[in-house]
Amino acid sequence: MTQFEVYRIGPEIKVGAFDISFTNASLFMVISSLAILIIFNLGSKKNSILPNKIQLLSELSYSFVSKMISDTAGSKAKPYFSFIFSLFMFVLFCNMFGMIPYTFTVTSHIIVTFILAAFIFIGVTVIGFIKHGFGYLKLFVPSGVPIVLLPLIVVIEIISYLSRPISLSVRLFANMMAGHTMMKVFGGFVVSLGIVGGWLPLSFSVALTGLEILVAFLQAYVFAILTCIYLNDALNLHH
Amino acid sequence: MFKKIFLYSLITNFFFTKKIFAAESGGMPQLDPEFWISQIFWLVLTFGVLYSVLSKLILPKISANLELRKSQIQENIEAAEKQRESSEAKLKEFNEIILKSKIEAKNIFKDAREKVIKKINSKKEILDKQIDDEIKKAEVEIDTLRQSAPEKINKIAVVTSTEILKKLIGAEINNSSISAIVDDLVKKNGDKYYGH
Repeated sequence: MTQFEVYRIGPEIKVGAFDISFTNASLFMVISSLAILIIFNLGSKKNSILPNKIQLLSELSYSFVSKMISDTAGSKAKPYFSFIFSLFMFVLFCNMFGMIPYTFTVTSHIIVTFILAAFIFIGVTVIGFIKHGFGYLKLFVPSGVPIVLLPLIVVIEIISYLSRPISLSVRLFANMMAGHTMMKVFGGFVVSLGIVGGWLPLSFSVALTGLEILVAFLQAYVFAILTCIYLNDALNLHH
Repeated sequence: MFKKIFLYSLITNFFFTKKIFAAESGGMPQLDPEFWISQIFWLVLTFGVLYSVLSKLILPKISANLELRKSQIQENIEAAEKQRESSEAKLKEFNEIILKSKIEAKNIFKDAREKVIKKINSKKEILDKQIDDEIKKAEVEIDTLRQSAPEKINKIAVVTSTEILKKLIGAEINNSSISAIVDDLVKKNGDKYYGH
């Protein structure tokens, strides 16, 4: 599991009791962010009627995320477009950079995905209470449920609402980790079976790489779209 | 034989594999809280920078670019539509003008033809009259000529007869007797000679 290990790059930095040293995880966060900024900066620099490739890429991803948000959360979610766009791109780039051999996958760490998910959870809850006041609690009381079942349903709803950050973070983290571990295992088989039997796991490894690239995109998409759905709950309360 | 080699490599490599995995045992590094604070700090920092730069600088530009393109294309489409409409109107106008001028030309042609026909008719009438007049004159002349013809012929006959007789006989014969013979002949055969 060396690929998931975090180690310090450069000196140890401490603020009070907290160790905030620059690590390989930090390095790939910085690389991902920089890559996003460079690509989208290049893509937005020139505005020609017939866009070049990088402009087309940035504009397509803009409209992709924009459509995703308007489809799931409606027009009220427009102010949160930048956040969801950044989130989707950040997760996507972290996942994709993880697919390059000898790199570090930022999103394969539960703490990273959990902080993202917790921030989304808290943000969505705050938005919900600002928009609807205590009426937001109606989210836990679905309409059209018999009164006898109501206490049970409310408890279930509250539990499902509170487990959102956990499910959101664990989904991404587990997918990334499982994929990379599986590739590592098949890679290990290639080594252990040698030149005779290693071809089968090697071909599996190749296929898995394709699958993992798909998963990397899909998980970023799922992460973003679930954020949109939670936002939709907070903005348009109709449970 | 391949089976043997395969099995052999499996068995020998099994120990290596065990060694490889043994070296890495130590649980999931994800659950080691040593660098959690660092990861949180750097995540907040990088994501914060990413979010603020994207939302303040880059995304508005992309959105503006998209809007601009949309509006430009819309404008172009509208302009093209307008031009098409105007060209259609002009084409209509043009067709109308052509139609009008065609009718006009037809009218002019008709008028001219009628005029010419009238002229021709009037001239024809005049000419006909003239021809009629001349024919009448000619008929009168012919009539007079015809009426005077027998007398002249008689005279010629008388003169030639006297001349012939003079030459034949050598004596001059009274004109009156010859003319009497001629008159007699004319009376007898006049119809044969003049075709009445």
